[in-house]
Amino acid sequence: MESIKEKRDGQTLTVTLKGEIDHHNAVKMRSGIDKLLEEGRPSTLILDLSSIEFMDSSGLGLIMGRYKKMNELGGELIVYNPSDSILKIFRLAGMGRFIKIQTK
Amino acid sequence: MRKTDTKATPVNTIKLSLPSLSVNEGIARTVMAAFCAYLGPTATDIADIKCAVSEAVTNCIVHAYKNTVGTIYITAEAFSNSTVRITIRDKGCGIADVKQARVPLFTTDGENERSGLGFTVMESFMDRLYVRSKPGKGTVVTMIKRLGNTDAE
Repeated sequence: MESIKEKRDGQTLTVTLKGEIDHHNAVKMRSGIDKLLEEGRPSTLILDLSSIEFMDSSGLGLIMGRYKKMNELGGELIVYNPSDSILKIFRLAGMGRFIKIQTK
Repeated sequence: MRKTDTKATPVNTIKLSLPSLSVNEGIARTVMAAFCAYLGPTATDIADIKCAVSEAVTNCIVHAYKNTVGTIYITAEAFSNSTVRITIRDKGCGIADVKQARVPLFTTDGENERSGLGFTVMESFMDRLYVRSKPGKGTVVTMIKRLGNTDAE
C-alpha cells in the first residue's frame, strides 16, 4: 500500500499520509516527503492526516522535522485533520504553539 | 489515587517474545490491544495502550538494541478489576540515568528525529509507569492501566 500521496496546487503541496505512523513507517514517509519538497520547493506544505489510523511519538518527530524543513525553505507547514488521539499526543508536545493545525 | 490491585493473581496472561525488528512495533501493539479487548476498554483506552506499547517497543529497537538485533520480551496480565499490567523487557545496553531519560524531550538520538517523548507518552497514557534499568544488562518497563469508564479524571 502506498503510504503517501501528493497533490500540487500552485505553491501548495498537499501530502496525504495513510496507515500508521510509527518508527517503522516514519522513515519511509520522511524520505518520500523530503523528495517531494526538494523537487517542488512549495511555499506551503499541507500534511493531511485524515487517513492515519495510528500515530506515536515517531509521528511527532516526523512532523517537527518537516516543520523545520519548511522553515528553512521559507515556507509554512499546515497539519490537516488529525484524529482525537493524534491531538492528544500533539498536546503532550505542545505542538499547537508553533504548528498550524486545521480541522475539517 | 486509583486502586490497581496488581498484587492479586492475574486472571489471564500472555507472553510474547519478538526480535527487535521495527516491523514488530505494529505487531506488538496490535497483540496487546487484542489481549485487552475483553476487559471492556473504551476506544481511548485501546488507543492509549497501543501508543504506550509502541513507545516502549520502539525504545528497545532504537536504544536498547541499537545496531544489533536482540529479543524483546512482553508479558501482559489481566486482573479481575479490569486492570492490565504490561511488562516490556530487553537485555540491551540499559539506561545509565533513568531519571534523565524520563525527562520530556530528552533524547540521546537527535539525528534521527526522535522527539524525546517516549516515556512522557507512556506516563501520560497509562496510570502507572515503572522503569528499572542496569547499564549493560537491560531495561524493564512496567505499565499499569485500569480499563473502562471506571474513573472520570
